[in-house]
Amino acid sequence: MTPKIKIENLNLWYGSFQALKEINAAFLEKRITAIIGPSGCGKSTMLRVFNRMNEMIEGVRTKGNILIDKENILDADTDLVVLRKKVGMVFQRPNPFPLSIYENIVFGPKVHGLNNRYELEQIAEHSLRSVLLWDELKDKLNHFALSLSLEQKQRLCIARLIAVKPDILLMDEPCSTLDPQATSKVEELMRELKNNYTIIIVTHNMQQAARVSDDTGFMLLGELIEFGKTEDIFTKPKDKRTEDYITGRYG
Amino acid sequence: MLVRKLKELIIEKIIFLCGVLSIIFVGLIFLFLLKEGLALFKFISPGGFLFGKSWYPISEPAQLGVLPLILGSLIVTLGAAVISIPIGVGCAVYIAEVAPAKTKEVLKTGIELLAAIPSVVLGFIGMVTLVPWVKNIFHLPTGLTALSGSIMLAFMAMPTIVSIAEDALYSVPKSYKEGALALGATRWQSIYRVMLPAASSGILAAVMLGLGRVIGETMAVMMITGNAAVIPQSILVPVRTLTATIAAEMGEAVVGSEHYFALFAVGIVLFVISFAINVTADLFLHKKR
Ligand SMILES: Nc1ncnc2c1ncn2[C@@H]1O[C@H](COP(=O)(O)OP(=O)(O)OP(=O)(O)O)[C@@H](O)[C@H]1O
Ligand SMILES: [Mg+2]
Repeated sequence: MTPKIKIENLNLWYGSFQALKEINAAFLEKRITAIIGPSGCGKSTMLRVFNRMNEMIEGVRTKGNILIDKENILDADTDLVVLRKKVGMVFQRPNPFPLSIYENIVFGPKVHGLNNRYELEQIAEHSLRSVLLWDELKDKLNHFALSLSLEQKQRLCIARLIAVKPDILLMDEPCSTLDPQATSKVEELMRELKNNYTIIIVTHNMQQAARVSDDTGFMLLGELIEFGKTEDIFTKPKDKRTEDYITGRYG
Repeated sequence: MLVRKLKELIIEKIIFLCGVLSIIFVGLIFLFLLKEGLALFKFISPGGFLFGKSWYPISEPAQLGVLPLILGSLIVTLGAAVISIPIGVGCAVYIAEVAPAKTKEVLKTGIELLAAIPSVVLGFIGMVTLVPWVKNIFHLPTGLTALSGSIMLAFMAMPTIVSIAEDALYSVPKSYKEGALALGATRWQSIYRVMLPAASSGILAAVMLGLGRVIGETMAVMMITGNAAVIPQSILVPVRTLTATIAAEMGEAVVGSEHYFALFAVGIVLFVISFAINVTADLFLHKKR
């Protein structure tokens, strides 16, 4: 199977500080890949190369290739609008816009030029159904999105992404602000979404990685130490450092 | 220990006194204004004052209709709003979202300088530059028009609008912008679909406060609007504002005369308008969703 995303010799610097070092990995389609590792090891940075959000920060330099469907997205002539439509991102803190629930969901499609009301409504319904919010919110579409609960907000953010029909979902600690119950619901949602999307999730929580992911990558100080099937990483890690981390010796 | 407590107590009392005094002063000023202004209605009816179409305070009998002055103030303010709101908000967006750090500093300093120019100086500059331009461009008999006043006042409203609107935009959480960009929005789309709506109450407050400054402005307006107390038919004719009327006529009005009381009544009208604007601005600033 050809990988959905292939990383070749990826390096990234924030000014003079190297945050990613010679990373090579392949991510398979319609699977959940978890990226784990201690705080500051470069997980978020890694995730943000896939949709090139790092470029908002001044002084960032990237070297290497990232092939998504065989196209190198780090090419200078990559259309960021097209890329970000294809590679969506869910943030750590749910960040719905201060607009109505409906406007939040149709934001993406509208930005990409869709104006047909009927179609937009269809998309809104479909997206909300995909994140299992439709029944809860179908009568509240005009309510202000910031009045939702934290979990609902995060689901809404996922729905907002689904509305632009991405291929790949990037999630940066999507559950770190949620309570355990909400977390397990969002995890359930991820498993469901796996049928249609390639998901990469960054998490601090090793149980979560073990629970939801098919593949896992372990990072340390900007390096990808080990990458493989989740069960292998957690049951028979090849690298001593991986073993130390998953057995809790790194904190 | 005791000394420190005593010091605290004294400072506390002094601050309290300052607070109370300022309220008392405002109250006294307001009472005085009200007392003098309302005295006018011994001479003419409130309706005749508010809706009277001519202001000839020294003719015999005096005609004290304030409508031309209200309309004069409104047309100048409206003109200033039309000019300063788009430019001011645009400038705020540029400073907050687009400008590179260096340009930003230069622009902010420039705006502060603009705010520091005394209004009489602005009025003077307007008189020798703007007024002839307006006269020539529109082929008017005189360049002392409402339009000239509007343009001049737009310059005075702009610093307030820009700095408060920029603050409002700046305090919009970064995560909104990130979210929009991550969905494939362009920078411009993220600004006008997310940032501006998110900052809308602050921006409205900025506009109201800017306009509050405009409506209370006296010196520059008096110098360049022509001071003709007639109901304006267009923005290209001389007008007289509420403020200019008080400033120009207070010196010659005989204390205790009808005219004298009428000027205080004009003051009340002005007060009510400014107050309404400030309250609106406050509502927007403190609007909680
Ligand atoms: N804008 C930046 N400028 C400079 N250095 C940065 C910047 N952002 C991150 N870094 C550095 O890059 C390294 C990786 O950061 P990153 O946020 O990717 O870590 P992380 O693994 O996501 O950590 P966490 O688990 O705390 O979220 C850290 O050492 C961090 O200090
Ligand atoms: Mg992180």
